[in-house]
Amino acid sequence: MPSTVTKTPEIIKKNEQEMLEDWVKQQKKVLQNRIDHLSESTLKQQCKEFLNQFQTAVQSGEMKDIDQSKAWDGVRRFLAELSRSRALASFSPSETALFVFSLKQPLFTLMQREFKGEELANEIWTISELLDKLGLFTTEVYQQSREDVIRRQQQELLELSTPVMRMWEGVIAVPIIGTLDSARTQAIMENLLQEIVDTNAKLAILDISGVPTVDTQTAQHLIKTVSAAKLMGTQCIISGIRPQIAQTVVHLGIELDNVITKATMYDALAFALARRGWHVQRVNGASSSVEKLARQTSNMSGNLP
Amino acid sequence: MERIPILKVGQYLLITIQVDLHDKMILALQDELTNMIVKTGARGILIDISALEIVDSFIGRVLAQVASCAKLLDAETVVTGMRPAVAITMVELGISMKGVHTALNAEDGMELLNDILHRDEYAHDFSAIN
Repeated sequence: MPSTVTKTPEIIKKNEQEMLEDWVKQQKKVLQNRIDHLSESTLKQQCKEFLNQFQTAVQSGEMKDIDQSKAWDGVRRFLAELSRSRALASFSPSETALFVFSLKQPLFTLMQREFKGEELANEIWTISELLDKLGLFTTEVYQQSREDVIRRQQQELLELSTPVMRMWEGVIAVPIIGTLDSARTQAIMENLLQEIVDTNAKLAILDISGVPTVDTQTAQHLIKTVSAAKLMGTQCIISGIRPQIAQTVVHLGIELDNVITKATMYDALAFALARRGWHVQRVNGASSSVEKLARQTSNMSGNLP
Repeated sequence: MERIPILKVGQYLLITIQVDLHDKMILALQDELTNMIVKTGARGILIDISALEIVDSFIGRVLAQVASCAKLLDAETVVTGMRPAVAITMVELGISMKGVHTALNAEDGMELLNDILHRDEYAHDFSAIN
């Protein structure tokens, strides 16, 4: 089977201009609503570049192992770059793979004109197989780029969503928003424990009003965090328990007996202040707002238990 | 073999662990400590582990056992200065330090011991603890 010897590069070279125009036209037809992201000149440039690389690679005679062989390095690099940029410009996977697949029609028309009989069948088979592989390759790179984006966003989300706030002297709070899985628990735990060391906190409030559901797994993660804080001498208060969540916890038989729980952040903070020996009092009939603030501050006297 | 010094400070026994523990060392410590409690009549024990970077399940368990022994001899145990990484490891290993009090640093630990002993002495003055 003379599949490694092909005359296709020659005929591509001979009819390059004609084929290029045909190919660009093909793509433009499908990419109509994408034309704002991709000017015609860029598209033409890309097609030309690919054809050049493709010819060089095919001439090398290496047809089987295009994923590894050196001869196809240029084509692979070019296609990878193209798929990546299209993925980031939010093209769909098929729109991206189309770049390669749309070459089939102009190329096969050309081959039909140039070859006859068995030779035609052989050539078409070889080239078709090649283009399929290259098309799949673009899809793979496309998928990879999309996954990279998702992974980066996940990482950012992890960092964004675990702030530790200083509420008062010796009191810190962690508002937990979103589903609590083990990776996030780990991040929250690390942040919380570091903050305990940094601020010398005696009480930590974990607010779970932003956690959509609490199942046994989530509760387990919460209990872990509470135990770790306890080992460092800090008492945890879990607040923001919504009525449905309270019911779920009871139905699931989760034991939160060793943890102080409060319905709202308000209650938790009030409890924490009382525990730390603070007494907050409203001042009546203050004349100017500045004076009021000053008096308020002096009225909040603290005596540690 | 290296041994860990036990210092008597007033009513308390003070132990700071500055080197990485191995199994024999902590067993020796447990032995010596129980003897010291009986000999000195100490009411509180403060173990500072702020220099400790690794705690395995065995050491965690022995620390809990030390606390239980001390409790039997009417002394309270406070473990202080546990590092965040160590705390996470202990939780992941599932070691519960039941009966051990914890505090962030030695100063807080001492205060906590004072509080607990004070509370015991005047227990009837405290109707409820929050």
